[in-house]
Amino acid sequence: MRLAGWIWVLTLLCAGLMYAGPGAAIDTSPPLPDPRLQQRYYELTHELRCMQCQSEALADSSVSLAADLRLQVRELLLAGQSDDQIRDHMVARYGEFILFRPRMTWRNAWLWAAPTLLMGVGLLVGWRILRTRARLSDSDESGANGESLDP
Amino acid sequence: MNRFVLPLAGFLLLLVVLLVGLKRAPEKSNLPSPLIGKSAPQFTLPNLFDNTQPLSTETLKGHWSLVNVWGTWCVECRAEHAALLQIKQEARVPIIGIDWKDQDEDALAWLEQLGNPYERVGTDHDGRVAIDWGVYGAPESFLISPTGTVVYKHIGAMTPQVWQHDFLPRISATTFKPPPPPTPASSSAATGPGA
Repeated sequence: MRLAGWIWVLTLLCAGLMYAGPGAAIDTSPPLPDPRLQQRYYELTHELRCMQCQSEALADSSVSLAADLRLQVRELLLAGQSDDQIRDHMVARYGEFILFRPRMTWRNAWLWAAPTLLMGVGLLVGWRILRTRARLSDSDESGANGESLDP
Repeated sequence: MNRFVLPLAGFLLLLVVLLVGLKRAPEKSNLPSPLIGKSAPQFTLPNLFDNTQPLSTETLKGHWSLVNVWGTWCVECRAEHAALLQIKQEARVPIIGIDWKDQDEDALAWLEQLGNPYERVGTDHDGRVAIDWGVYGAPESFLISPTGTVVYKHIGAMTPQVWQHDFLPRISATTFKPPPPPTPASSSAATGPGA
């Protein structure tokens, strides 16, 4: 019984820890004056990659370079730049890799086209297989019918 | 027999595509810089050694230079320091340092203790210039041509191998032309007085 009690305490403690992460916010900068700007700031810092810890977004990274880049995003927003201008600003320095969502260019357009093409090929192959089967069963039936009805 | 040809060809094609993808995948630690082939970013930084002479884009014009981004907080920078000193000894290109997000006293103490390979050091206290250079992990080294174009970038510690294999050939290919083969007349003239 005592053991069960301790297990309960531990479980609750662990559950409490789940809230520890969000509690310690990484981006401690004050919100931008305009809520619309703040919303764009939020979106941009979530879609730009932290180049040092490459699976994290700028917003989620605690390294100082990420803080510097967040500050730069903020300044560019306040300077009245559009989201695309800010993306271009970052790409010009760090390359396309800084974008979590790659942009479609002529070089990578085939990536977007490939699923449709492959689906088309699959449908074509499937259709041909079904047609061959249908023909086979047709000839089977007609053959059977012919034998049974003709005499 | 015939009905296996198409699926097999498809499978082999997929295999080739995936293999090429694996081979060509950029290493996470050495991403290509979009600055290669472009002019070095415009910048002006205070000079660590001399307040009156700032370090700027103009400093890089007219000669090849090696721009090295470092900081005393950076472990790999300590590892590459000997290689930088050796490159300084060779005296083929001046090494320009950008001291990234560092304290001047720390930087001066570091150079005092380990030796100074740099001709000039600009101090980038807030890290803005480093961002314009697309720096994301010190140490980083850039090769800049006499026209101020970024020719090559190496991320990580400089080593004698990297210097000889990746940097020197790019310099010699354009500046150090081999001397023309001596013509018979000139060679006889040269050896004449001795013989």
